[in-house]
Amino acid sequence: MNFVRNHILVCGGTGCVAAKSKEIIEEFNLQLQKHGLENEAKVILTGCFGLCALGPIVVVYPEGSFYSEIKVENIAEIVEEHILKGRVVEKLLYQETVKEDSIASLNETGFYKKQMRISLRNCGVIDPENIDEYIAFDGYEALAKALTAMTPDEIVEEILKSGLRGRGGGGFPTGLKWKFAAKEQNDVKYVCCNADEGDPGAFMDRSVLEGDPHNIIESMAIAGYAIGASQGYIYVRAEYPIAVERMQHAIKQAKEYGFLGNNIFGTGFNFDLEVRLGAGAFVCGEETALMMSIEGQRGEPRPRPPFPAVKGLFGKPTVLNNVETFTNITWILLHGAEAFQAIGTEKSKGTKVFALGGNITNTGLVEVPMGITLREIVEEIGGGVPNGKAFKAAQTGGPSGGCIPTHMLDIKIDYDSLMAVGSMMGSGGLIVMDEDSCMVDIAKFFLDFTVEESCGKCTPCRIGTKRMLDILEKISEGHGTLEDIDALEELSAHIKENSLCGLGQTAPNPVASTLHHFRDEYLAHVNEHRCPAGVCKNLLQYFIQQDKCIGCTLCQRVCPTAAIAGEVKKPETFEVIQDKCIKCGACIDKCKPKAIIKK
Amino acid sequence: MPNKKTSVPFTGTAEQEAKLKAVIEAQKGQVGATMPVMQAAQEIYGYLPEEVQIMIAEGLDIPLTEVYGIASFYSQFTMNPKGKINIAVCMGTACYVRGAGDILDDISQKVCCKSGEITDDGKISVEATRCIGACGLAPVLTINDDVYGKLNRGEIEPVIDRYIEEEAKGKA
Repeated sequence: MNFVRNHILVCGGTGCVAAKSKEIIEEFNLQLQKHGLENEAKVILTGCFGLCALGPIVVVYPEGSFYSEIKVENIAEIVEEHILKGRVVEKLLYQETVKEDSIASLNETGFYKKQMRISLRNCGVIDPENIDEYIAFDGYEALAKALTAMTPDEIVEEILKSGLRGRGGGGFPTGLKWKFAAKEQNDVKYVCCNADEGDPGAFMDRSVLEGDPHNIIESMAIAGYAIGASQGYIYVRAEYPIAVERMQHAIKQAKEYGFLGNNIFGTGFNFDLEVRLGAGAFVCGEETALMMSIEGQRGEPRPRPPFPAVKGLFGKPTVLNNVETFTNITWILLHGAEAFQAIGTEKSKGTKVFALGGNITNTGLVEVPMGITLREIVEEIGGGVPNGKAFKAAQTGGPSGGCIPTHMLDIKIDYDSLMAVGSMMGSGGLIVMDEDSCMVDIAKFFLDFTVEESCGKCTPCRIGTKRMLDILEKISEGHGTLEDIDALEELSAHIKENSLCGLGQTAPNPVASTLHHFRDEYLAHVNEHRCPAGVCKNLLQYFIQQDKCIGCTLCQRVCPTAAIAGEVKKPETFEVIQDKCIKCGACIDKCKPKAIIKK
Repeated sequence: MPNKKTSVPFTGTAEQEAKLKAVIEAQKGQVGATMPVMQAAQEIYGYLPEEVQIMIAEGLDIPLTEVYGIASFYSQFTMNPKGKINIAVCMGTACYVRGAGDILDDISQKVCCKSGEITDDGKISVEATRCIGACGLAPVLTINDDVYGKLNRGEIEPVIDRYIEEEAKGKA
């Protein structure tokens, strides 16, 4: 093996690839060659670093210099100054790491300080396309330990003891799921990985698949050994082409190295893996629907029981876990259940990855210990709300979750606390909304999603959510009544109680939680025909600011309904005749001094 | 997404048909073959019009309703052709709260084509997609395979013009 002086890590996460990190790698190689440094420094494409807001990200070791928002034209300077002459290019560094007389470590910055990496431990550290790098970071050691030094029962016991709960949303104890499947007597069993990350605003599974694919393979093999299965399926969204490609590449490598296939580690244990592609249906994230889809049918859920652990894929006992859940398995086997148990709260152990997005400064991927407060995530790690706007709500759990208002910012993040306030952990999307977001509009956005994605099998979900959406549309157009609000609450309760699958049962949550925490806003829409956030188009009114108006009459000429009064060159006479205005916005587009506003 | 029946006529070639037949032959008889075949068919033709669905049903010897049932269930399958310039605006939550809705409206107005549809000349199609997992770049959209992120209103129109210009040049 060649030893090199510098390692240049370039982020290969989706955000950074979209911001041209591939071109950056090419340019690095070109510049290194130009200076004859190709044997001194090595360029590596890694998984996601997490701080997507500042991508593309380049980290140079051994110094650990964290360059952010790098452009192709910056590369020549980094190579010439840093790699050739050993002088860090300070102006291109992530400015939070630049101290007056020294460069601070990344782990001291606000974004990384409170994070704790178990799931994402290899993301942004290793080259995901190189199995040797995974092995160098203790890869496949957990599998070796499991196969050679532990019985299947001991593994199930260890996972049970760790307190690990499903990270896909429901929070069911993983060890228990394994125990049920292990108990079943059957020659054929299956292990499935749910990588159908349909929750809009969540991309942690994508980052793991792209940044640390071998971790999933290893954990699935361990699960196979624990329950007695020799075949596994990874169900990945077709919308994630890079993830699919890296996963398939990783499976091929693992087979070549003998970590998959027959007689693994000479123990007589056989395990094989196959990737299956989803085709864009949110409901396929539900376990029974996912298995229907792997079988090649419409992905419609079926009633439980029987649970998949008894009768799952192709009618055989099946364990199905989410990507993030699997990433914890290897760590637990290597470090022990006690170490895992020591992290988190009484009923929620370990860490959780969140995709931080929306109106927040540091958008990106964060992994935090359970029990951290929402305030710490939003204000310290996320860097708060940008542009001087005020925080209004945080949405967790996607279309199954709810909005958490400002006065609850000190809530502890774990499964049960989030449930208690009408939201849920979900797969880990955490969208921050500022004062400009309308809660009725957000509820409508999620219901629109649910109506579109409802599989149609059961009536409460198919028709109930559609009725809720109709009512929300009525309210946002200013025609809502107080009875409508009652109807929303009644429908919420019905759908929750009577839907067939988890998605239907949680579909009313966005409405129920906003109605609970932001009732005033609904009432403003209904009683005053006003949208406090200024989002619902039908409820806005146009106004002319006379101090900015120049009296040019351009607005009068473009107005299709003659709804603007005023005499030429007399700004003080200009105003909108509200009865006539159809809110088309033509005047705003034409007004040069920007004197027309809507509120 | 709305899946209105397209007005653009089907123009499959014999070469495409041979490719599809080969895929069907290879998968026929296997458990759960329908979806992989349909995914391959969409790769070959770019979309799944009635004509292609009939070929799949006959080839696999399954009812056409089953093929149509799957095609209409999954949003990845489209029964409309994509334009030479396909604009896909991400409608994930992060993008939505950063104004993706307005951007989609602006684009629809500019190219005279609603989300899920294609212009009559078959040149431009617009779609609202599910979260593409690039939430750090919100609001984000893709034009063909190129990604544009962190957009403000009004920034994307000149980019679309450039694609239209290049497309026109390519033809001349």
